[in-house]
Amino acid sequence: MKKKDFVVRFAGEGGQGFLSAAQGFASANTTAGYHSQTFATFPSQITGGPTWMQARIATYPIHTRGDELDVLVVFNEEAFQNHKGELHKNGVVLYDSEKLEVSENMRKLGLPFEKLGKSTGNARAANMVMLGALATLVNLPLDILEEFIRRRWGDVSRYGETIVPANIKALELGKEEALKSSFSVGELELPTKSKHDQILLNGNEAIALGAIHAGVNFFVGYPISPATSILVWMQKNLVGEGKFVYQASSEIEAITALLGAGYSGAKAMTSTAGPGFSLMSEGLGMGWIAEIPLVIVDVQRGGPATGLPTKTEQSDFLSALNPAHGDVMLPVIAPGTVEECFYATIAAFNWAETYQGPVILLSEHSLSERQQNIIRPDLSKIKVENRNIFSGEGEYQRYQSDNVSPMPIPGSAGSYVANASEHDGVGDTTHLPHRHVEMTNRRFSKLSLLQDGSYESENLDSGTVILPWGGSKGSGREAYDRLIREGYSVGWAYTMFLHPLPPDLLSVLKDQDLVLVPELNYLGQFSSYLRALGINAHSITQYTGLPFKVGDLVEMIKEKLDS
Amino acid sequence: MSKKNPEYDFKWCPGCGDFGVRRALEQSLNKRIVDLEEPIENTVVVAGIGCSGNLVHLLEGVQPYGIHGLHGRSLPISFGVKMSRPELNVVVVAGDGDFLSIGMEHIGPQAQRNLNVCVVVMDNAVYGLTKGQSSPTSDLGMITSSTPYGKIETGLNPLRLYLTLGVSFIASAMSSKIKDLADLIYRGMEHPGFAIVHVQSPCTVYNDTYEVLKGNAKKGIAPIAWNIPDDHDVTNWQAGVNLLDNGGIPIGLLYSSKERVTLDDKIQSEKLPVPDMEKLFNTYQV
Ligand SMILES: Cc1ncc(C[n+]2csc(CCOP(=O)(O)OP(=O)(O)O)c2C)c(N)n1
Ligand code: SF4
Repeated sequence: MKKKDFVVRFAGEGGQGFLSAAQGFASANTTAGYHSQTFATFPSQITGGPTWMQARIATYPIHTRGDELDVLVVFNEEAFQNHKGELHKNGVVLYDSEKLEVSENMRKLGLPFEKLGKSTGNARAANMVMLGALATLVNLPLDILEEFIRRRWGDVSRYGETIVPANIKALELGKEEALKSSFSVGELELPTKSKHDQILLNGNEAIALGAIHAGVNFFVGYPISPATSILVWMQKNLVGEGKFVYQASSEIEAITALLGAGYSGAKAMTSTAGPGFSLMSEGLGMGWIAEIPLVIVDVQRGGPATGLPTKTEQSDFLSALNPAHGDVMLPVIAPGTVEECFYATIAAFNWAETYQGPVILLSEHSLSERQQNIIRPDLSKIKVENRNIFSGEGEYQRYQSDNVSPMPIPGSAGSYVANASEHDGVGDTTHLPHRHVEMTNRRFSKLSLLQDGSYESENLDSGTVILPWGGSKGSGREAYDRLIREGYSVGWAYTMFLHPLPPDLLSVLKDQDLVLVPELNYLGQFSSYLRALGINAHSITQYTGLPFKVGDLVEMIKEKLDS
Repeated sequence: MSKKNPEYDFKWCPGCGDFGVRRALEQSLNKRIVDLEEPIENTVVVAGIGCSGNLVHLLEGVQPYGIHGLHGRSLPISFGVKMSRPELNVVVVAGDGDFLSIGMEHIGPQAQRNLNVCVVVMDNAVYGLTKGQSSPTSDLGMITSSTPYGKIETGLNPLRLYLTLGVSFIASAMSSKIKDLADLIYRGMEHPGFAIVHVQSPCTVYNDTYEVLKGNAKKGIAPIAWNIPDDHDVTNWQAGVNLLDNGGIPIGLLYSSKERVTLDDKIQSEKLPVPDMEKLFNTYQV
């Protein structure tokens, strides 16, 4: 039987140039019709430092980066030692024999990448030798890579005439050497091209694109891993008349600038991560009480304070829900895949415009660094909401109703004060008890407008469902599929609309005996919220800074099911 | 909206300097309406938290738009208003604690950007709303509720700070001279760039400085406020610095330069075409 997917990991030191080759490898395969997903980790240091990237290539849509490695490509001793444990028992280690020696008894292939590369006449063809050998180990036709080389370096005016033939030569050298070794990890099935156009992008790019489609016209942010690439993307692309993008002097400036912009009619957005999100606390409270539409992306990293800047975790859920002092509970949307990053961003803007307040888009490091092919979105099918704007004349009581009311925009009639203190109908400060009651009720009742969230559910009869959230969706889904194949009786439920939950999903979950929530944090944050809603939810937690491995998760779920 | 709104329960104490500042702001806004034929709804007043910030609720007559925000954050909020809607007239009203202590971090960036807003700082050298603690502009040795044995920090000279940070319009005024103040606020709003009108606005309860500012010949108190001479060259930055070396509190226009372009006029990306979604997708097509 031919293989349906394989996993390769490239590990070495930052700056060795293999990361872009690995990216190229994934994109070449996607072009050929395979599904691909990549995941990379980077050290905090700027130059050098241990880094690795993993690519999974499959003939069917995949949800995770894969647990075990079919091929491990290593560029130094440290990388070999750190990663060899994750190699499948039939896996092959492919290594740079000029940089390290592998004496262990295992399936191994050492090649002098550099030397072979230079022999082609292109001093930088070492990575192509590596890719040629890799492709051969997994029986991938070389023409996929040749095609990639032609596309990447085919522009003769920029790259000259010699690079393409030299790189193709390098691929072949790699192939020859790999054939000599006679190792194989199994032949990969040929791909079937999807009916739909595919695009290949990472989670942060998908968020940025979603924001553009939703109509963002004001973006202010402060650099922070792993959210920086959204700011940088916006600096480049949020251009043209009526668009404003700026690097703020702090997250406090970013959130308060957003308040001014949202108040003035803009669709305003910022992106940040843990430390910056904490600094936005007071501003988010003002967005809630003064009723100003905003979208805040929190790309979660690990730990409290500066924590783990370049690792993944899902430990900001409770902060996202209650980021500020006082009675505040913000809408939270958490995408679980690269594709959902795009749609969740549009949904976040739609919610912000509908209920007139801040919405938190809760992404995470593993999505931001994950590159995945998704179906090119059909824009004609996506609804974009705009706030209800006051168009009357004369004096207007902006806050005088028990639910959302049309919002006046400076420059037109309807002057009021957007007030961070408790206020009356026109926004003047008040301390009257009945006003605070009225206004608090008004703010919470607006959440009832946000009930259009979609959800997934399957196999609800067993009484137990697996309900992952955010980036744990992929491993949760593969674990669920595996359990079903093994004959376990268990159900599946999922939504990216964490607060408020889709009402139908809420009642479905309340009817379950047990809801198992795989999540990457110590506290079991999402399940504690579900329990408060009357759902018997229990978390399966992990807080290593890495995503769940499917195999591990399956075991942890079985433990819960069996007990 | 105070007059019409019995529910609003904040009042300035009798004699508070902020009354004069409010009057002056009303006058300058009314003048804009007449001179520029601009509707009042084109103005947004962004207020900080303090006795001073309540000005936004106490304005009488036609009502501009207002934001009564967070302590120290009126300036970055105004940045959001102005940069999303550059055609609006944006005025910040803030206290000295609000603007120069908790909000200090925001002055430098806006000065460097030359954000086109006008800030009116109501300086009473004390925290009024929280009942009399020391502020950056309180003098060394001053006794306040939070400095019972005398203030340890040297007092900040805000005008020198503004010059150093590169604020492009800097005026100093007194709340009791309403006409002069209204004129300076009007010019600050007209100034293309970052304008600060720093007002001595005494707190009659915690730091009554009327006498110190104006002097009292009978008691032998010399005034610390003095008028900037007519021949002062407001476009000369060094002349502004030299003026401050004379000590006391100079009153009038200290510095005004139109040499630097405003932030909204500097944004080059506005001139590029708005990107098309399908074209953006194409860059990710496999
Ligand atoms: C983040 C935050 N910290 C503290 C306060 C409490 N607070 C309210 S007003 C104020 C100081 C007011 O002094 P100033 O800005 O000089 O204005 P004034 O009342 O003198 O006009 C303080 C500390 C607050 N509202 N928010
Ligand atoms: S406490 Fe001082 S600053 Fe506040 S209103 Fe009274 S006089 Fe004015």
